[in-house]
Amino acid sequence: MIRACLALLRRDLTLSWREGGAIGTALGFYFTVVVLTPLGLGPDLNLLSRIAAGMLWVALLLAGLLSADRIFHNDYEDGSLDLLMLGPIPLELAAGIKSLAHWIATGIPLTLLAPVLGLLLNLPIDAYGMLMLSLLAGTPAVSFLAAIGAALTLGLRRSGVLIALLVLPLYVPVLIFGVSSVSAATTGPGSPWSALLILCAISLISIVLSPIAAAAALRASQR
Amino acid sequence: MEVPQRLEAHDLACRRGLRLVFEGLSFALSAGEALLLTGPNGAGKTSLLRLMAGFLPAETGEVRLLPADEEKPFGEHVHYLGHANGVKASLTVSENLQFWIDYYGAPPLSDETIQAHLSRFGLAEIADLPAGMLSAGQKRKLALCRLLAAPRPVWLLDEPSVSLDAASTKILAAIIKDHLKAGGMAVVATHLPLSLRFAQNLDLSAREAA
Repeated sequence: MIRACLALLRRDLTLSWREGGAIGTALGFYFTVVVLTPLGLGPDLNLLSRIAAGMLWVALLLAGLLSADRIFHNDYEDGSLDLLMLGPIPLELAAGIKSLAHWIATGIPLTLLAPVLGLLLNLPIDAYGMLMLSLLAGTPAVSFLAAIGAALTLGLRRSGVLIALLVLPLYVPVLIFGVSSVSAATTGPGSPWSALLILCAISLISIVLSPIAAAAALRASQR
Repeated sequence: MEVPQRLEAHDLACRRGLRLVFEGLSFALSAGEALLLTGPNGAGKTSLLRLMAGFLPAETGEVRLLPADEEKPFGEHVHYLGHANGVKASLTVSENLQFWIDYYGAPPLSDETIQAHLSRFGLAEIADLPAGMLSAGQKRKLALCRLLAAPRPVWLLDEPSVSLDAASTKILAAIIKDHLKAGGMAVVATHLPLSLRFAQNLDLSAREAA
């Protein structure tokens, strides 16, 4: 069973590395949106540093969603999804592993790119540590929640926009606590840790519950 | 694990939307027997195979293996070969095969054995090529190699000979024969005649008329 899990994780990571499009699009989109922001707002450094955390988070949520439809779509197209259902691991676990692969392939690269983009937005220097921590704690929720949308829209044409409509509302708590942990680290009041811990809790809940919802949607799509 | 001796389907019915595709379908297969599914397009051959694999819920009835396996659900005894091949374009031929061996928990195979399975269909020379470069027939053969590399007792084959050339169709019949000889079972839906002796024939069109 563990062998099957590792095989699936390794395959999905190999595929996203070789196909490259998903990671490249997400990173490119994230980079472009954040670069455009100071151009649109003008060179007011105080304004930029005030909105930096929010911008970095919002752009990351959108970038993470860009590749969300790939979580299940390719397997659905080429028939692998049927065959995965005949494996020794429950579909819930397979959905979770595929979400995990999405997190490793997009969540972590986006998190690593964020501090570079923070420079462009004049993010206060003492916020970088908390920015990285909050992105690391929040991006699992981004990938796992996106899997629900990806499973629900399976087999639809142009599912990307629909996924965004379905999933973005679910991202609201992630966004609120992600931004508030970063801004608490720079301007206060209060400790950033409470927001960070809630963010961890949101991620943990979505790691447990999203695969169940995604698997139910996948089963329904088989009919 | 005990080797299943018998496959029983009892009073199966399948509903797609409002339409009852078939009902009251019962059959039984013993180890080493194959069932040929025939019928015109839309008669429900694919629906029956997908229902047996567990992808579709049965309206009534059930499919089971005897002696019953307490540990594994029915789906883990089954190989399903549908219209799509489940072949990943950016993995190489041997990586595709290796993944299913690992995922299905089949006993690990040496490189030579994998090569032997691939060479049965003439894929050994292109084992390191990305599967995306293969022709439709070669992808089909790669999907058939999966059945050989990860042994499972029940094969559900939906039009297995699609896009295969005449020589490969003969090989297909030969591997099904070997599978049956080893005590396996197979349910095959096909329009093209395979040079294979089927123990039973289930004609879905005849049922519909009745």
